[in-house]
Amino acid sequence: MIEGILIGLTTALTLQNILMVMLGCFFGTIIGMLPGLGPMTAIALMIPITYGFDPATGLILMAGVYYGAVFGGSTSSILLNAPGVPGTVATSFDGYPMAQQGKAGKALAIAAWSSFAGGTLSAIYLLFMAPSLSKVSLSFRSPDYFALMILGLTAIAAFSSKGQFLKAMMMVVLGLMLASVGQDSLSDITRFTFNNMNLTDGISFVLVVMATFAMSEALTIILKRNDPTSAAKQVSLTELGSIKINKEERTKMYKTIPRSSVIGFLIGVLPGAGATIASFLAYGMERNIVNDEEKEKFGKGSVNGLSAPETANNAACSGSFVPMLTLGIPGSGTTAVMLGALLGFGVQPGPRLYMTNPEIFWSIIMSMYIGMVILLILNLPLIPYIARILAVPKNYLIPLILFFSITGIYVMSFNNFDIYLMIGIAVVATFLRLYDFPMPPLILAFVLGGLMEENLRRSLLLSNGSWEFLWDRALTACILATTILIIIWHIYKTLKKIN
Amino acid sequence: MNINTTKVISLLFFIFSAFYLYTAYQIQVFAFDENAPFNARTFPIYLGYAGLFFSGLKLILPDPYTIKVQHKTLEYKKTVILIIIAIIYGATILKVGYFLATSLFLFSSYYFLGERRWVLMFILSFPFVAAFMYLLHGVLDIYLRDPFLQSIGVMG
Repeated sequence: MIEGILIGLTTALTLQNILMVMLGCFFGTIIGMLPGLGPMTAIALMIPITYGFDPATGLILMAGVYYGAVFGGSTSSILLNAPGVPGTVATSFDGYPMAQQGKAGKALAIAAWSSFAGGTLSAIYLLFMAPSLSKVSLSFRSPDYFALMILGLTAIAAFSSKGQFLKAMMMVVLGLMLASVGQDSLSDITRFTFNNMNLTDGISFVLVVMATFAMSEALTIILKRNDPTSAAKQVSLTELGSIKINKEERTKMYKTIPRSSVIGFLIGVLPGAGATIASFLAYGMERNIVNDEEKEKFGKGSVNGLSAPETANNAACSGSFVPMLTLGIPGSGTTAVMLGALLGFGVQPGPRLYMTNPEIFWSIIMSMYIGMVILLILNLPLIPYIARILAVPKNYLIPLILFFSITGIYVMSFNNFDIYLMIGIAVVATFLRLYDFPMPPLILAFVLGGLMEENLRRSLLLSNGSWEFLWDRALTACILATTILIIIWHIYKTLKKIN
Repeated sequence: MNINTTKVISLLFFIFSAFYLYTAYQIQVFAFDENAPFNARTFPIYLGYAGLFFSGLKLILPDPYTIKVQHKTLEYKKTVILIIIAIIYGATILKVGYFLATSLFLFSSYYFLGERRWVLMFILSFPFVAAFMYLLHGVLDIYLRDPFLQSIGVMG
């Protein structure tokens, strides 16, 4: 492991990669502060830039954007009660009341230190857990992988939006259907191309991500007459006050941070869960643990209430890298985008990644530490200045997002058809978003589609076409049982709501 | 059953899944693969049935979380104009070249979205695209096809 850490440090500490982490964190913080534009859009917009880099640098840039966006989201939560990303909703419960009491600077400092500590601690957990899990996952067979993918897709559908399980499952199926277009990987038979040569190689992952996130979010903003930059304009005018944290507040944070980082990391590891659930759970757990006097302060500007979700959401970000790096199965929509980008580089994440491409594996982990330090430097003194950059009116922001999206496709294929297809998918996605059809399940399904078919093929061929492979091995059966439990829980919840 | 737009979308998805399933059954596989436990049409067939199942359930089950969209408040005109500009951009980018097509796309998008600060509009289109092109083509070595700039000798 020491050797790996050194490889990671050597890669992550090159001037180019440090610059990439800084750029990623900076850009991520900006996008994270804009309500409606989340980390997935930020990462999607970065994809064309990464074409010119090696895989490690590209992924370091995207990882920087990811935790930058989560970090940036907390700023608008605290100062304006307008969370930039869902993962920072719980931050506003105590952060905003604190800001209203004239302690905005202090609230930002608590959030920044908690995020830093949560991110750093979880990067340490990742450091120890990822190689061990990689070794364990080497014993995984095709049926286990197939069951794990079913679990991941069901979980993301269950957790992605409240009460929209069936809609999310429809999006999962749509994502898998889109992934099935093009040549079959084994027999080279073309499917669903309707004799169109442009579809022979299938639909590009970048195209689907750009269409369903960057482009459709831009169109949704125009359609709904939203102005995401108005929040940033207000942030730039807010008086922050002192950013000093006193001894009593520090003592409270020392207790909250370790337990919230553990819960955040573990939730992040689970497929489909992620920063939003982690932050809510950490907030709820903290409220149950603290004494009655402190409990009274929750919702009115509690230090524990602010520190817990901020620690957990950053810890969950690092945690979500575990299934992607060790199993090759992304646990969230954001890591699905990163997985797709990695596949585009010709790198196959999975249990062998840390043996075949140790520089990628370790440099991502090492860049997290560097990223956390950079975020701390960025978020505390520079927030009002960053916000001023965002005073760009939406009349400029929207065309620029569309421009980045189309450029991403153009430099990849130099093909008009891909641009038309992207616009078509974006229009459909915009319409579906209006009716709360979630997009992250579609992306995850699209990324996993090929792998899922391959593992199902192997499993069915090995068992002579029998579906017994699903319960032949204890591990497969356990994973499947978890999936069934999630489905039953959702049916129960829906029936309860109807009655 | 209460008919709302979500149900209509579910019905459309049901029809789409039926069409997908029909097409999946039409996939030509090799003769020796016809009766294999798994061939090129197996997975799509499962997907077709899954699509029918989930959209069917959404159609028949009551919807406790009905979404109501206020269409009167939506900005359809600007959205449609922006989509048309994007389509024109897609149609011209290969013939006109990246620089000119992108700059004009940005300039016209700013205009149709209501912007009238001409100098800023110009800076954020032509010089901005030139700088971005330099970043991609000059610094990151990402090839950008531009017949226009090639014809006037700016690009190699």
